[in-house]
Amino acid sequence: MTSRRTARVRGAAWYGTSFVLAVIFLFPLMAVLITVFKTPAEAVAVPPTYLPSVISFDNFAALWSAGAGLPRYLANSAFVSTGTVLLTVVLATTAGYGIARIRFRGADAVFLLLLTPMMVPLQALLTALYAVLVRIGLSDNLIGLVLIYTVSILPFSVFVMRNAFADIPREIEEAAWVDGCGVLRSLLQVALPLAWPGIATVALFAFFTSWNEFLAALIMLTSDAHYTVPLLLQNITIGKLGSINWGMLQVGILVTTLPCVVVFLLLQRYYVRGLLAGGVKG
Amino acid sequence: MIRAPARQPGQALRRHRLTARGRRQAHGWLFVLPSLALVTVFFLVPLGLMGWMSLNDWGLVGEARPVGLDNYSTLFADQRFVDALLFSIRFAVLVVPLIMLVGFGLGALVTSQRRGVAIFRSIYFLPLVIGYAAASYIWLWLFNGQIGLANKVLTDLGVISVPLQWFADPMLGFIAASSLVIWKTVGFSMVLFMGGLQSVPQDLRDAASVDGASRWQMLRYVTLPLMRNTTALVFVFAAISCLLVFEPFFILTKGGPGTSTVGVVQWIFGTSFYAFRLGYGAAASIVLLVLLLTFTSIQVRAFLRD
Repeated sequence: MTSRRTARVRGAAWYGTSFVLAVIFLFPLMAVLITVFKTPAEAVAVPPTYLPSVISFDNFAALWSAGAGLPRYLANSAFVSTGTVLLTVVLATTAGYGIARIRFRGADAVFLLLLTPMMVPLQALLTALYAVLVRIGLSDNLIGLVLIYTVSILPFSVFVMRNAFADIPREIEEAAWVDGCGVLRSLLQVALPLAWPGIATVALFAFFTSWNEFLAALIMLTSDAHYTVPLLLQNITIGKLGSINWGMLQVGILVTTLPCVVVFLLLQRYYVRGLLAGGVKG
Repeated sequence: MIRAPARQPGQALRRHRLTARGRRQAHGWLFVLPSLALVTVFFLVPLGLMGWMSLNDWGLVGEARPVGLDNYSTLFADQRFVDALLFSIRFAVLVVPLIMLVGFGLGALVTSQRRGVAIFRSIYFLPLVIGYAAASYIWLWLFNGQIGLANKVLTDLGVISVPLQWFADPMLGFIAASSLVIWKTVGFSMVLFMGGLQSVPQDLRDAASVDGASRWQMLRYVTLPLMRNTTALVFVFAAISCLLVFEPFFILTKGGPGTSTVGVVQWIFGTSFYAFRLGYGAAASIVLLVLLLTFTSIQVRAFLRD
């Protein structure tokens, strides 16, 4: 009797705590989601209102034509993200397969070398990376960004793919080799379909990193027409486009965060599991 | 006549085997070559260049002038740099324990089997996939002294009676930025702790509870000792992200008031790309890199362990 009551009290306490925390965690995003629909005037009201008094899309219209135009910035971000995801997946898959499955001499040393960029965070390398990109003509260039993002996430990605391939039973692939399957065909037709949770993890990690990165983009990109979405936010707030337009900033934040939230909600299972596989074994 | 034919089949076989193995070797290298090339050009070369730049007076234009170790000796006499470095360290010392504590609490909360736990887990994790820049701009608005909702909520809850000017005060700016970093990163600690908690064998807990261990004793003598690796890993991740903190202060306080909240990454950024002293910035980057090496090498070792 008493223990059942204790269990019920504990359950209520658990749900109460979890719910309050959820409200706190969601509050900043919800606040943005609500404020984007205020009129530009209400968005800067003192003191602020919680809910918009009328629904307005003026802030969306303002951002659409801001600077080089929202479509331009979105296209830049989409290009950088797509490029980073594709390049990272291809490189991590081939390297991970080579290291885990083709036991060539020096594979361990190669693995160690490919992990070393992890020891030097991007932030500590930017001064020299800038000099290199200038020298090879890739500063203020979206391809330059794709390349440095890819290298910065390659260690984790190679690690994930190596493990993904190592987990596939060797017999399955040996059967393919006996059947006269070449290395490339056995990778594409036998190993890859089995390793796709690893690929999903790598692709998601590459997407979140490249879509959100700010400092390297700020340093490498100098012309407005090349800016990615996070830099658009900075443009709005430093008044490069006139005085700070808070309503417009809210829409900018929404546009920046929404793709990540949607992708995460759809594919979170693979992402969280993949991160855990990378982290918890330590 | 030379009686060679008898050996020929064996030789042929051996040559065939060698070529098969040789081809395998070549294939292996072919598979890792693209990654090696990219890591060489965009990691090893810049890393070497950074070392070289740090020994030069290196501007944006004009010839580099070798200055030996001058950049380094100037650096440690440069009060602004020392302050920035100390600021980052102070931020890490204060915020890392918070990330670990909150992360552990959330991890324990979401290890439950109750219905709906997956939803709460996703909500606490969600800020992790949002960029630091976007998150910082949300905070810039929330904590704005006039139009921000933080003052409104705190006033309505009766916590404050006068609106606070969050970014005009080093202490308040620090609190706002810390809350941002905790909100944004604690989901990762939560997930790591959750994995660690789930790996504690249930029979050990059962045995301890049969022996009459209290919840606190269970935590202190069973759970925590078995989670030493997880705890170390959470510590390393949190320490790295706090020492490298950039966007929150760059966007919220802009390093101010004065230069009181300029961290080491922001200092390097300003020195290299506003003052265009790239050699000096490279020397500071090397110092930062060495400072981080303790933490990053633990990270790499954890990746190599299995």
